[in-house]
Amino acid sequence: MSGLPLLLGLSLSSKVMIGTALLGGMAGVVGCFAVLRGRALVGDMLAHAALPGVALAFLLMGSRSILTLSVGALATGLLAIATIAVIVRWTRTKEDAAIGIVLSTFFGAGVVLLSVVQKPAVGGNKAGLNSYLFGDPGNMLTGDLFVLALVGAILLFTVALLFKEFKVVCFDTDFAQSQGWPTLTLDLLMMASLAVVTIVGLPIVGVILMAAMIILPAATARFWTNRLHIMLLLAAAFGIAAGPLGTYLGRGFPAGAAIVLTAASFFGVSLLLAPDRGVAARLMAEYQLRKRITREHLLRSLYELSESQLPDIPCLPLLTVSQYRHWDSLEKMLQLEAEAGTILRTEQTIQLTPFGLRRAAELTKAHRLWEMYLVQYADIAPDHVDRDADDVEHLLPESLLVELEQQLAEEDRLPNLVAEVPSSPHELDTDKPQQ
Amino acid sequence: MQLPVTLATLSPDAWIVLTGAATNVACALVGCFLVLRRMSLMGDALSHAVLPGLVLAFLFSGSLGIVSLFLGAAAVGLLSTFLTQTLHQYARVPSDASMGVVFTSLFACGVILIKKYINGLHFDIACVYEGSLELVPFTDSLAGLPRPLFTTLVVLIVNLALVLAFWKELKLSSFDANLATTMGYPSAALHYLLMTMVAVTTVASFEAVGSILVVAMLIVPAATAHLLCDRLAVMIAISAGVGIAASVLGYWAAVYCDTNIAGMMTVASGVLYGLAVLFSPRYGICSTLLRNLSMSIRVLREDLLSMLYRIEELDASKSLTAAKARAALDSSWLARWAIAALARTGRIQRVGDRLQLTDAGRDDARQLVRSHRLWETYLVEHLGMPLDHVHEPAHRIEHYIDDRIRQELEENLETTEQDPHGREIPD
Repeated sequence: MSGLPLLLGLSLSSKVMIGTALLGGMAGVVGCFAVLRGRALVGDMLAHAALPGVALAFLLMGSRSILTLSVGALATGLLAIATIAVIVRWTRTKEDAAIGIVLSTFFGAGVVLLSVVQKPAVGGNKAGLNSYLFGDPGNMLTGDLFVLALVGAILLFTVALLFKEFKVVCFDTDFAQSQGWPTLTLDLLMMASLAVVTIVGLPIVGVILMAAMIILPAATARFWTNRLHIMLLLAAAFGIAAGPLGTYLGRGFPAGAAIVLTAASFFGVSLLLAPDRGVAARLMAEYQLRKRITREHLLRSLYELSESQLPDIPCLPLLTVSQYRHWDSLEKMLQLEAEAGTILRTEQTIQLTPFGLRRAAELTKAHRLWEMYLVQYADIAPDHVDRDADDVEHLLPESLLVELEQQLAEEDRLPNLVAEVPSSPHELDTDKPQQ
Repeated sequence: MQLPVTLATLSPDAWIVLTGAATNVACALVGCFLVLRRMSLMGDALSHAVLPGLVLAFLFSGSLGIVSLFLGAAAVGLLSTFLTQTLHQYARVPSDASMGVVFTSLFACGVILIKKYINGLHFDIACVYEGSLELVPFTDSLAGLPRPLFTTLVVLIVNLALVLAFWKELKLSSFDANLATTMGYPSAALHYLLMTMVAVTTVASFEAVGSILVVAMLIVPAATAHLLCDRLAVMIAISAGVGIAASVLGYWAAVYCDTNIAGMMTVASGVLYGLAVLFSPRYGICSTLLRNLSMSIRVLREDLLSMLYRIEELDASKSLTAAKARAALDSSWLARWAIAALARTGRIQRVGDRLQLTDAGRDDARQLVRSHRLWETYLVEHLGMPLDHVHEPAHRIEHYIDDRIRQELEENLETTEQDPHGREIPD
């Protein structure tokens, strides 16, 4: 292996960087499946349940090599998963309590075993074992890097090979089962890869922070995409970035905590800024929608107020418009409409332009078509449909409107059109005597 | 407050067991609600998330005074509950993932704060995980009690008072949150109240048992009690009892093996849970298996009786060998058992290798066959099922038809002389 001398010559800090990057990448990938399957906290459980295995492996084998301890950790981790499955299947205890019970009892057993290990008679030195609790990247050996790289390669291979299968099990297990996929085996395989990654990561970042490495990059990636392969790549990238960056920024602090806080800040930034799912984008979209709805209501109101005098387009007094319904920020909306060329306004009057009239007629048509649909097909009383139509009219696609129109016309229920707008099925406020 | 001399001069052992038991009972009071609300993992999350709150409280007040600790814990407990809820509701992060994100990040903050400001002082990170119950008798005393015990007792009393004060509200919102909301109870406020109680209880137990083992004390006795009863008040009482038992047993085992006491108490409550899983009278695996087994044997017994009756009815000279009966029942060792039980209770007798009904057995069998044929008649008369479809359901339900249902069937059927296949319905 030509890379070997190169690796051997690495300084400790570069080894730590490479190791944490490898771990972050792997944790990101398995974390995606865990988060999507609703098992985000299984990583936490596994990390705790590994402790008795680590202590037992040390007691039985007397060795502190990462491989021996990891095998022990894997054994109790898998036992913990099996115990949870048995509890959930056979008893009244629900899954959350089962996870809590197994997590804490196994950890308690681990604490007991560790205190046995500590006794002078057994050999005394549990230094390497403590890192399983709190993590200690500074202890990383070149051999550990190879273990990490190997696990990473196997994981990459498995995910690439079974991508389609994992995907379908993640998103629709019942469908996968009905298609004849071995869902149980695939599920176990996902759990097993989660277990392996958790356990090789334990001595590097420690128990709690390993749980964070599983959840954070995956939850971060979820903000940015709705596609699994992109989510996997992003999660791996966030994980890879968080490892070395955290170690570098957090010099002098516990490395595990620093890595987790770095990953958490990625999460925080994505939470705020991600397109579509981020908080800022969602607030923005909500604001835009509200604005569009108010503008559409404005045009429709103007149409309804002008309707009786069509085809002449009347100048409406501002007061009539502002009293016609409740408005948030009417002034601003009027200004926007004036800029869009749909209305002409003077100090005290508003008049639809021909272009605005057409827009307003279309909107009113959509509203009334939906009202008529509700009255005739959903049997809703005419005086109740206005509000319902208000909610939905802004979201009706063009094709649905055409369909509604055709259907109503076919059954000869489309009344004579005034500028192609059917008359309202209920009484309008304009019909009432104005005060 | 001056305590009786006998209490003040208790041995260290007794202090440790008392502290363990008090912690367990305080935890059980809130733990039952966590388990019932399926929020057990909030216990785990909060016990980690309060760490930065503790550190900040320590930094601001300069001491580990009870009041500042509790304020810090309550504040961070509320904050993390709020963050978890908000991430879930507004950012659509799955609820378990949002819990994981919040508590791990807060815990990491806590670790950094400890390292930066109070390195080496009162905070030993190992203690955060494992606690140091062994040291309880040697801590400074408050009101004649070791400090951790005093803290825990205060929390125990507060928890008890809160649970009693909000008993109705907590109970209703735990079992049916939607109903509670529609009836005008503030479910969200109760949720925050409970989470604050969990956070404060966790902090009180920190010094003695550590953050993970307190999760065991919150959840395991409550889950054990949940397997043993169906009433909330009983559940809380049992979980307190299980908690006390676990601390006594755990202490005894830890001294016997000379290991970590808090860890051993956890293992002890895990063992108690395991025993409840196996042997709970109503929900245990063993009792369920036993119930199923005795049901299968009863069904086999009754099937055999009615089989023998039908053979007699068809041709009185014919009878069944034991081997053929076993083959027909299609379940060898259970069938053997069923045949032996019937012979022992005098329902059948063996004549050579053949099985014959005794008079008592014939009476039982007549009732079974009567139930079967009445049911077939019912299915045809009232539900209009085709003739070739009625045997199977009747065969399954005949074991559950008692005198009352038989009588009801007789009253509601037009013909009780013949079944739809034309066979006589025996009396």
